[in-house]
Amino acid sequence: MARALSPRRKLITTLAAWSVALIIFFPVLWMILTSFKTEASAVAMPPQFLSASWTLENYADVWARSDYPRFFLNSVVIAVGSTLLGLVIAIPSAWAMAFVPGRKTKDLLMWMLSTKMMPAVAVMIPLYLIFQRLGLIDTKLGLVLVLMLMNLPIIIWMLYTYFKEIPGEILEAARMDGAGLWNEIVYVLTPMALPGIASTMLLNIILAWNEAFWTIVLTTTKAAPLSAFIASFSAPQGLFYAKLSAASAMAILPILILGWFSQKQLVRGLTFGAVK
Amino acid sequence: MTKTLRALMGATALVALSGVAMAETTITVATVNNGDMVRMQGLMDDFNAKHPDIKVEWVTLEENVLRQNVTTDIATGGGQYDVITIGTYEVPIWGKQGWLESLNDLPADYDVDDLLPAIRGGLTVDGNLYASPFYGESSMVMYRTDLMEAAGMAMPEAPTWADIEKAAAAMTNKDAGIYGVCLRGKAGWGENMAFLTAMSNSFGARWFDENWVPQFDSPEWKATLDFYLGLMNNYGPPGASNNGFNENLTLFNQGKCGMWIDATVAASFVTGKDSTVADKVGFALAPDNGLGKRGNWLWAWSLAVPASSDAKDAAKTFINWATNKDYLALVASKEGWANVPPGTRTSLYSNEEYAKVPFAKMTIDSINSADPTAPSVQPVPYVGVQFVAIPEFAGVATTVGEIFSAALAGSKSADQALSEAQAFVADEMKAAGYN
Repeated sequence: MARALSPRRKLITTLAAWSVALIIFFPVLWMILTSFKTEASAVAMPPQFLSASWTLENYADVWARSDYPRFFLNSVVIAVGSTLLGLVIAIPSAWAMAFVPGRKTKDLLMWMLSTKMMPAVAVMIPLYLIFQRLGLIDTKLGLVLVLMLMNLPIIIWMLYTYFKEIPGEILEAARMDGAGLWNEIVYVLTPMALPGIASTMLLNIILAWNEAFWTIVLTTTKAAPLSAFIASFSAPQGLFYAKLSAASAMAILPILILGWFSQKQLVRGLTFGAVK
Repeated sequence: MTKTLRALMGATALVALSGVAMAETTITVATVNNGDMVRMQGLMDDFNAKHPDIKVEWVTLEENVLRQNVTTDIATGGGQYDVITIGTYEVPIWGKQGWLESLNDLPADYDVDDLLPAIRGGLTVDGNLYASPFYGESSMVMYRTDLMEAAGMAMPEAPTWADIEKAAAAMTNKDAGIYGVCLRGKAGWGENMAFLTAMSNSFGARWFDENWVPQFDSPEWKATLDFYLGLMNNYGPPGASNNGFNENLTLFNQGKCGMWIDATVAASFVTGKDSTVADKVGFALAPDNGLGKRGNWLWAWSLAVPASSDAKDAAKTFINWATNKDYLALVASKEGWANVPPGTRTSLYSNEEYAKVPFAKMTIDSINSADPTAPSVQPVPYVGVQFVAIPEFAGVATTVGEIFSAALAGSKSADQALSEAQAFVADEMKAAGYN
């Protein structure tokens, strides 16, 4: 039973939560503020806030210089496509591992996770050559495949954890009622694990959206997503911090909005099974 | 009926032919994000009007990312790019590898003889021009005229390192947040090692002797590093080991540096609208030590056609447009002479209008005083002023840059740093089969 907090304690907890949230959010906030400053104000020392010169020029410049809608659309297709494809493969895999585990299931799960520990650059040349031979360089299909493969261990692990929380007896009952494997997964397991599947989907969309190695290495113009859009505003010679911040803000805004509206679902899914 | 059929066939043939005539070639241009390149993208209407049959698609990336992507593509024969922006370091190496298309057949109006000899020499391998310079740069001293005046000093047009030290001491006022000199300290072959390698030339040092034996154990390198560390520790800004071009530009533009020795392209930034000291900046040649070599480098961002491109003719047409004399005139007419890409053509520096740009003379004098074929006082087996044009250099110099940056941060002495650098480079060169 939850213990009631005293008003003083509640105030302290609230303040602490807001402080932590502000610390986590501060870099994003500063980036957004920088995007509205002039280049001179953006690099001023000490940093300027109230005395800064504010402008919308950076957004106008970034919009004029780049085909933002194309980059945005590519990001949507790649992030959503790789996540959906990943789920199609991961749901049966996680079902098998959770409900009909073999002797080596744990080892298999650990091995899958270990592939995430390998630095991406280690397989850059082989993967690039394979993609080149298959004609997948600078294609959305190529990026959907590579990001799906990259995130598949996480998807399977998350779904495996959620599925483990579902009593096997319910699936057995479905089987006794005559449900085949397909019906069992689609009509019994999936609806029950929906919060978990939804949070897995959201998390993987975010991961795919933010991926900035393969999406830059394997694209040039046609399939380049928003990570490449941001990279195009980075400059080693010359000060373009304000424009870079404007480009970054434009790139993260859609995913921030998605995260904001789905936070309830995300938290529910991530804490699924945490308290029994 | 026959007539009608013939007429139809004729019309079909005409449509087909006109389709061929109007066929559009798409080229992909990979480039870096800097002011001159951005300006070029803004002037594409001129190219499109002159060449409606060529469609240009841009890939703009940060310098190191661009280098990685282009190298991967070229080494694997990918053919993703038709025009690439590459530096003076890559051109001779990639040209020798056969990765670049020769540009010897550019049309006569390109006027190859108008290219600055020092820049052209760095882009030519065995008589073949492998890249066309878009803008060239050297390095020079940028200093605060007001602080020099207040100190009762005058900067010589061709200062020595002793002059720089004296001026730095006179201008430093740490209480007011003004540091006498700002130099690169951030680790990287194109960051602190570009500066230190060029500086070492003026101290008589060299990376390798004629037998490719590293020379970091020489008294010349010790003199270079001791002087650099002394100058920066006494008169440099705090945290200088993290400062590269952009960080120093920020400091200088905010009036926190008395002097900054860096790329000549910085001149337009420190005198531009984002600088708080725009009207108080003077220019001088990079310093020397009386040995006959100055501590300035030579670099050009150039446009080249990868051998794997399947649209070589269209790519060359684009390069001719972007690096031709007419392009310089186009920029001048639209954006003013101060915004013309500098350091590539002799004709630009004989133009009376361009001569009025405050940093024009110092830029050309700096470029002309750099000799990539004889960078140091002593003989060397390599080409390159602030780099050594061998494939191993980027990796090796980045590690040496980390060692020297650590020495600037105070975590090791100059002697330790030089000894580590010597041992590391000797091992790497042996492993690479040089000795």
